[in-house]
Amino acid sequence: MISSSSKIILEVRNLSASVAGVGILKGINLTVRAGEVHAIMGPNGSGKSTFSKVLAGHPSYTVTGGEVIFQGKNLLELPPEERAHAGVFLAFQYPIEIPGVSNSAFLRLAYNTLQARRGGEDLDPLEFNDYIREKSRIVEMDPSFLDRNVNEGFSGGEKKRNEILQMAVLDPTLAILDETDSGLDIDALRIVASGVNKLMTPNNAVIMVTHYQRLLNYITPDFVHVMRGGQIIKTGGKELALELETRGYDWVHA
Amino acid sequence: MSAAIVASKSIANHDAYLAGLLPNTTTPHEWINTLRADAARRVRALPFPTTRDEEWRFSDFSLMCKTAFAPAVAAPALTLTDIAPFLLPEAVNSRLVFVNGMYAAHLSSAVLPAGVLATHFTSKPTNETLRTQLARHATFQHEAFVALNTSHLHEGALIVLSKNTACATPLHLLFISTANTIPVASHPRCLVVAESGSACTLIEDYVCLPTVNTSPTYFTNAVTEIVIADDATVRHTRLQRESLAAFHVGYAAVHLGRNSCYDSNSITFGARLSRYNLYITQSAEGANCTLNGLALISGRQVADTHTVMDHTRPNGNSAQLHKCIVDSGAHAIFNGKIFVRKDAQHTNSTQSSRNLLLSNKGRIDTKPQLEIFADDVKCAHGATVSQLETEEMFYLNSRGLNANTARNLLIYAFAEEIIDKVPIASLKQHLSQAVSSQMGEIV
Repeated sequence: MISSSSKIILEVRNLSASVAGVGILKGINLTVRAGEVHAIMGPNGSGKSTFSKVLAGHPSYTVTGGEVIFQGKNLLELPPEERAHAGVFLAFQYPIEIPGVSNSAFLRLAYNTLQARRGGEDLDPLEFNDYIREKSRIVEMDPSFLDRNVNEGFSGGEKKRNEILQMAVLDPTLAILDETDSGLDIDALRIVASGVNKLMTPNNAVIMVTHYQRLLNYITPDFVHVMRGGQIIKTGGKELALELETRGYDWVHA
Repeated sequence: MSAAIVASKSIANHDAYLAGLLPNTTTPHEWINTLRADAARRVRALPFPTTRDEEWRFSDFSLMCKTAFAPAVAAPALTLTDIAPFLLPEAVNSRLVFVNGMYAAHLSSAVLPAGVLATHFTSKPTNETLRTQLARHATFQHEAFVALNTSHLHEGALIVLSKNTACATPLHLLFISTANTIPVASHPRCLVVAESGSACTLIEDYVCLPTVNTSPTYFTNAVTEIVIADDATVRHTRLQRESLAAFHVGYAAVHLGRNSCYDSNSITFGARLSRYNLYITQSAEGANCTLNGLALISGRQVADTHTVMDHTRPNGNSAQLHKCIVDSGAHAIFNGKIFVRKDAQHTNSTQSSRNLLLSNKGRIDTKPQLEIFADDVKCAHGATVSQLETEEMFYLNSRGLNANTARNLLIYAFAEEIIDKVPIASLKQHLSQAVSSQMGEIV
């Protein structure tokens, strides 16, 4: 159960960021503790996706103010790969296709790179094969997907399942899911959500960026935040999402 | 005015330069000597291709004129151990090796099924196929380098597949250039004739020895003729991995019969300056061609690929994908012409030129050209030049891969699409590794 004594994983203080000189984030404050699920909702253009990309270190965004402390480290000082090593994971809204590289080779490269950074053991292709087959059950992924090129020719649902599989392999402390539910049918949504639930532990945390309440039927948030104009203007429990679903965003004010 | 005089004088020198590369020997075979003499006359008459020539605009071979290349006389004594890095386990008994253009019997091994002939010209000087087909497809009237090659006709590779013979083992034609005390020129020549209903896989491989710590300067001027009769299939992989100081000119003429098939994978890694001309004629109905190309170059390398796909009869198909990856100050050129002649109705032809530019000092010139004279055809072509995308890099970085690994992985992925089409497993693996090592650490 969540208690205010749980360890703080992420502390975002007054974060501002811009892209191509245009301010998008205008002072975000957010505290995430171990074991928590946070949902970030809000209308189009409110800065939700920008927030998730800034946390992961997307080079197109410039942080113009504030700070982000991740497990005691200044996250904003780290390049994206070191954020991944430190335990930040971003599930992409639009995962990239990499023709010519098999999913299993890619996952093994990512896994071994991380293991090296975290002082763990490398897995050779055979060992990794056993490991990844086990993990792929989490998202009910057919093993044949491991032999296919990364995301190439995958359906929207398959790409999102593959993102959660990557999350399972990289075992992050903080997973940020950027509209992972968009473009999913009900079955795929159930599989993706159940995958995320299986990966939740008392020691990690999830931030879900979403437009719709329906994902929250499957992954129960501890907190729901509403973003607008680059700020979090309201925070509540899971019932806030239901209210947003029926009443829209217009009634919410800072 | 004085500048103009200097310029024309230097061009005249270039023209004389080619004549200086003509052989001063003859062969014991009269019909070959006649061909050689005809070709030598064209060498003397044709101008040296310069950048003023539309077809040679971007590849300045006058660079080679600063070097006096001697004809290769005696090939050095290499052993099988020396050439081990180039041997293919799939082709242990189907390999012809030429060292500096000369046939090396002790390095070759051709134990082949009935109906497959793989040898060198001088062992079969009276072979009917050789006499009727040689120099009939790679015509030398207008191509100075083809003429120069033909003027040196001697010990080329001869492959003949008899009617309805399918050769299961790939045929490996290995052309080795060696480091010599003086720069030499060699003129490899291949004639491949697939009679009706036959099929084979061909690997034409240009390499340099030693492979490490040296980049000798030499000149390779290769010509290959491939004749594919009705219902026959030739899968052709051409690898150019010459020394980084070498000059390489290659010309292939492919002639296709009715319902025949030709697949080409041409891969360019080597040479300081290289040019590959692939000239394909679909001379009868229903022929099928798949053309894949990859040039992966860096440093000061220049790699120029010109292809011509000539659809002359109805119901022909061709699909072409050419990729260039250019790093540092290298320069890649692609010029792909597709002709669909008046009689070539229901032709289905696609061409795609996709290029990856990794450095702001690199350069890519690509020119897909489609000329259609028939009125009921399906043709598409296109070209892109791109850099590594920020989104792609970020995706890989966010998975913990550093910038260098992410970059290498994306380059590898871009190349792999072509390498994956090479039909020989060991070679495919070798090429993937070569891309990885050229690019640094990788999967």
